[in-house]
Amino acid sequence: MWWEASSSLTGFLSYLRKVKDAGNIECHRGNHQYGLGAKGINPMDFLFNLFIDIVIILFFILGVSQFRSPKRARIGNLTVALALASAAIAVVYRGKILEPGIVAIALMVGSVFGWHVAMRVSMIQIPAMIAFQHGAGGIAAFLVSFVELARNTNPGISIGKVSGILGLITGAATFSGSMVASGKLANVIKQTPRFLPKHSYWMAGIIVLIILFGFVASHSMGHKLVYHLMMLIILSTLLGLVFSLRIGGADMPVLISFLNATAGLAAAFCGVIIENRLLVACGATVAASGSILTHVMCRAMNRNLLKVFTGFQEKVAVDWTQTTATGWAEPENKIVTVDKEEQALPEKPTRKDPLSEAIEAGKESKRIIMIAGYGMALAQAQFKVVELANLLERLGKQVKFAIHPVAGRMPGHMNVLLAEAEVPYDKLFEMEEINAEFKETDLAIIVGACDVVNPAAICVEGTPISGMPILMVHEAKRVVVCNLDEKPGYSGVENPLYKERNVILLLGDAKDSLDSLIKGISLDS
Amino acid sequence: MNILIIMSSVFVLSFLIGYVLISRVPPLLHTPLMSMTNAISAVTILGALLIFTDTTNVPGKILGAIAIGMAIFNVVGGFVITDRILKLFKKG
Repeated sequence: MWWEASSSLTGFLSYLRKVKDAGNIECHRGNHQYGLGAKGINPMDFLFNLFIDIVIILFFILGVSQFRSPKRARIGNLTVALALASAAIAVVYRGKILEPGIVAIALMVGSVFGWHVAMRVSMIQIPAMIAFQHGAGGIAAFLVSFVELARNTNPGISIGKVSGILGLITGAATFSGSMVASGKLANVIKQTPRFLPKHSYWMAGIIVLIILFGFVASHSMGHKLVYHLMMLIILSTLLGLVFSLRIGGADMPVLISFLNATAGLAAAFCGVIIENRLLVACGATVAASGSILTHVMCRAMNRNLLKVFTGFQEKVAVDWTQTTATGWAEPENKIVTVDKEEQALPEKPTRKDPLSEAIEAGKESKRIIMIAGYGMALAQAQFKVVELANLLERLGKQVKFAIHPVAGRMPGHMNVLLAEAEVPYDKLFEMEEINAEFKETDLAIIVGACDVVNPAAICVEGTPISGMPILMVHEAKRVVVCNLDEKPGYSGVENPLYKERNVILLLGDAKDSLDSLIKGISLDS
Repeated sequence: MNILIIMSSVFVLSFLIGYVLISRVPPLLHTPLMSMTNAISAVTILGALLIFTDTTNVPGKILGAIAIGMAIFNVVGGFVITDRILKLFKKG
């Protein structure tokens, strides 16, 4: 199959060479770009092109700089979209499109599909969707690099060629890596890290082969080049696959941010081969953004990038007597599951059960902080959380939401989920902003969060989460935990908080627990 | 060599400006930020369009059409989702 395609590509190459011989190719690299380096373009045109490029880049910067508040960000998003549209129009206007029919159909199909999917995707599925789109960007980048490289009639090595090969590798690896990430985020494939036998050797082997073929490809031409490029695409796709399989669980936000950066990088490389400043500039901006988010996510989990990429996890070997000594684990235990009877009769407080204690705590407290984790989203409990928050506010209490940077499946995901449940964004507080307030808080309500509130992270050495910044929930006067069970979170580290005297556990489906809390509080007040 | 200097300075400059601007984006907006930069990374659509400003044979056309389709999917999808997310944020 592929050799047929490659032979016709070779045919297409020799055709190009013939055209060159006929002297018609002069405008081949010249007319279709409006960037620098195009020979035979007159100075006025050159200045005009430069001017257009600068204006479009300025609009991009203007748009990105609007991302300070949600309202302005919407205008920023629109600005960037318009800038990109005008860049595309500029390209179509300058270089004549030879196959307007095919281009129009591809544009139509792609945009209808994109629009359709974008309008239908739910907020909880956003990370999977964005990962999928990184993949689509990767495909576009490696295909453009491939076609441009195959057109290259220049024997020997050149900057454009090397850059095109890099674009092809990054694009193809981003594509397959993103598909795996998207599958994991959408729960199509298992989220946990998967290890092949001798995983690191496989990776190293593939990387060596890629370097080898990359080197050979940069020195070859004609049909040999096409074969080498195809080999490179296959190898890079494998690399992305092997790379992403090993990352999972709590590291998903790092992976998706990293793929964001590589998608940008692929676009930038692709821009060098077609000598287009806009592609390079935009690609670089995206790469910067992806790098920042990767860094923020790593810092929020106290993991370095290498550990994330190798799927490295410290073994959980914690002496829990040590935690008791530091005061996190008390012998007394209050774990009772919320059962149906209690939910049905919340108005009958029997002092000893956790639900009525939680209801009482809710009524007595003045300052309340709610902590939402991804478990809340999985239980679809965000609307119940908001209902409870609104009820407590009506009773004259101060309610705030605390959000850990890695809550959710991508950077900032929890903010979006709570915003969807109509929590005004001025009530959403980042970890750094709110951590000092827990001391003066009467009640902290945790819904579906474990690792991000686990005090073991700051008081026990040698666990996978040791050193990770956490929400200081244990400093609050009382804590209500609405989790499914008291099993550890993704990290596998037990949470000593659950054993604290001032912690009330409402185990079971968060929706049900919250529902009974709401009923209890509203009935008696 | 000329191209290398120009392109790498464009890259470095954009990376720096991007870095400065984006490190000021509040964590509240990190999801829409990634969604929008994701749409920007599909700027490769310009490259995909450029494929068609030259005579190409059948496989070239097919690959070019796929590239355009994928890129525009990314562009439209990215900007629409970003807008949908941003619309959700309301002030109290």
